[in-house]
Amino acid sequence: MNEKNISLIESAFKEYYFNRFDLIHVPKRATEREFGYQKFNSGMIRHLAIKNDKELHLLLMKEIPSDVYCSNAYYTFPNLPMSEKDWKGADLIFDIDAKDLALPCRKDHTIFKCSSCNSSVIEFQSQCPKCGSTKFETASVMCKNCISESKKEVTKLVDILTSDFDIKKEEIEVYFSGNEGFHIRVTNSDYEPLGSQERADLVDYIMFNGAIPESFGMKRQNNSKSSLPTLEEKGWRGRIAHRLFTSKSKTPKITKEIISSGYTAFQVQLEEIKKTMGVRVDPKVTMDIHRIFRLEGSINSKSGLSKIQCDNLDSFDPFLEACLLGDDNVQILADCPLQIKLKNKKFGPYKNELVSLPKYAAVYMLCKGLGNAI
Amino acid sequence: MTNLFEDNLNSYEIIWKIPSHGKTLVNQQDNQIFKLSKNKENVLKIGIKDLAKYPFLTEAGEYLANTGLSLEQLSHPDWKPIVEKAYGRIVVASSGQIYGSDLESLDNDSELLSFIVAIILLKSAGIATLIRRFSLAEARRSERFLQQDLWVSRDKKNLELPLKIIQDLFAVKVSIDNDEFVIKVPDYLQRAVHFHEKEWKLVNRRVTNGFVYLSAHETVRLIRAELGEYINGKIQSVNIQSIPQGFKQRVEDLVILAKKFSDTTFVSSEYPPCVKHGIEVLEKGENLPHSGRFLLATYLLSKGQTVDQIAPLFKNAPDYNERTTKYQLEHISGSSGSGTKYQCPSCEKLRSESLCFATSDCDGIINPIQFGKKRKNK
Ligand code: SF4
Ligand SMILES: [Zn+2]
Ligand SMILES: [Zn+2]
Repeated sequence: MNEKNISLIESAFKEYYFNRFDLIHVPKRATEREFGYQKFNSGMIRHLAIKNDKELHLLLMKEIPSDVYCSNAYYTFPNLPMSEKDWKGADLIFDIDAKDLALPCRKDHTIFKCSSCNSSVIEFQSQCPKCGSTKFETASVMCKNCISESKKEVTKLVDILTSDFDIKKEEIEVYFSGNEGFHIRVTNSDYEPLGSQERADLVDYIMFNGAIPESFGMKRQNNSKSSLPTLEEKGWRGRIAHRLFTSKSKTPKITKEIISSGYTAFQVQLEEIKKTMGVRVDPKVTMDIHRIFRLEGSINSKSGLSKIQCDNLDSFDPFLEACLLGDDNVQILADCPLQIKLKNKKFGPYKNELVSLPKYAAVYMLCKGLGNAI
Repeated sequence: MTNLFEDNLNSYEIIWKIPSHGKTLVNQQDNQIFKLSKNKENVLKIGIKDLAKYPFLTEAGEYLANTGLSLEQLSHPDWKPIVEKAYGRIVVASSGQIYGSDLESLDNDSELLSFIVAIILLKSAGIATLIRRFSLAEARRSERFLQQDLWVSRDKKNLELPLKIIQDLFAVKVSIDNDEFVIKVPDYLQRAVHFHEKEWKLVNRRVTNGFVYLSAHETVRLIRAELGEYINGKIQSVNIQSIPQGFKQRVEDLVILAKKFSDTTFVSSEYPPCVKHGIEVLEKGENLPHSGRFLLATYLLSKGQTVDQIAPLFKNAPDYNERTTKYQLEHISGSSGSGTKYQCPSCEKLRSESLCFATSDCDGIINPIQFGKKRKNK
């Protein structure tokens, strides 16, 4: 990123980090966690110990980081190198990203930016219409549909965590990630000591990966003897029963149909069910027990929005509630082929024009690579 | 008298206490056992039959202590049958089979004593692989009893013993819900991830309110490896300073026995990670799915190994049967039946079966056969 952009963004971040102590806190058991941060155009600084809010605020004001992270793991010595930290356990974390949901709306708001002449288009093209280059960078913004679809995944996840895994609602924290999705963190649970392999299997459960027909009562041979799950059951068996039978009265008829179609057909059906009922989380995030994860309250430099907790998921509007930068006007050169809505105001589309925008909107465009400071 | 017996020991250092004029066979660590035996208030009534089934329990030592039998007496010719039984127990274990106790004899001391003597023989011979095989085989022997005890007593009060063994030794709480056994999801995951069959994946289990439902068989299957390690650890911690005269011959025989099968171990560092992984799984006595066995067989055959060289690899598998194993290997090698020689599966296939454990040494290959031949320069 160029220097002018950085200094505009940093000045906006600085204002936030100086003024919004009320939003920025260390997580529970902070002294056992590893912290890290990044500045624009430079590498990650990790293995930091931060004891309390005050130390955190001091660091933020001094460094004005582009991104701030904190481990989900608990260590005896969080500031030593990884091999000496002494891992004690880790919160369960989940990452739900609109980008991973294969939503049809994505193509309407993914912007292709030519790497050589910088012009941007919405539709995918193999060659830049202006200069013929074949190299593009993409920038994406989140639309209403992306938000509501991501929320659905969060709701599915929370349902499995509470009913199948007996995790208390109070221990589940849901955050807007600051860019295009949600982060979920479970603290204080029996799941804390689990290693990476165990978490991988847990995530397969949540995603409904690797389910075999036998587990749902379908026999490979002699399948007339199959006994499918019932509506009263819990866990995946219950969920599958609801999906297949919808109601008690329809159960016998549908059971017959499924059994007569056979094992392979049922297997295909389970694959289909996985696509809609499995929770689409990023398995790598949950499996990683040494990860440093974006710190709540900090700003995400991919958008200029903050990672904040969603108290009421249904009504949560990231473009309103997570957009927390200042609103005095700054001039930028905007090149944004889409209209963007922030804090209930509409911006753009702009075709390489000089515009005066509130800081939060200007920073959003710069972070997305859709504009330049002048 | 031998100096195997030592005076002045702290009582908590004792696991298997065989009084011989106030002397003891000692164990030096293992506080867990100590805890178990100290909590006298909630100790269950454990009979000789239970000890024959579970001779590794602390109560076994207490029982022996009460009989007043000494190690010296055990080395007397009168007790030769016990030494022979102990030796047989080890021989059976070393061949990868499970020592079958006849249920009649569970009522007398010989089951328990032969276990203790086997440990003394093993410790005297001092061969780690032999101890490992013995521990595993004994774990599988007890596993059978544990499963029976769980199943038979699932609706009665005396379910306490099997559940207590599982809870005390492995810190896993098992409870019962309508004829079925339930354990907490995290306890399940920590053990089941070592199994590779699809049916052990959490998604293929019944899960409700933080619990996983299991059959009696599955419950004990889940702790087999830990039981083996537990027995192994216990044997490791026994301290034997010298061998009673009457045991010497059998100890020498064990050394010879160990030599015989150590020749057949042929793990090579040249093997690709997926093959190494399969061999490790088998060595631990864990079950390898058929696709994994197929990989080992086809890979090793393609490297010029013979059916006879490969067959012993599968010895530790829970369902090992020498004849069927050979038959299957011959089938795969094409030397029987159809005559088709099966090829080693591709990396892609193995990846889809979760059998691939690729490292950077696997870069640029599409079949394990190519491992080590084709190294990409990066
Ligand atoms: S890449 Fe191929 S050779 Fe390497 S571990 Fe995976 S399956 Fe085996
Ligand atoms: Zn161009
Ligand atoms: Zn969208």
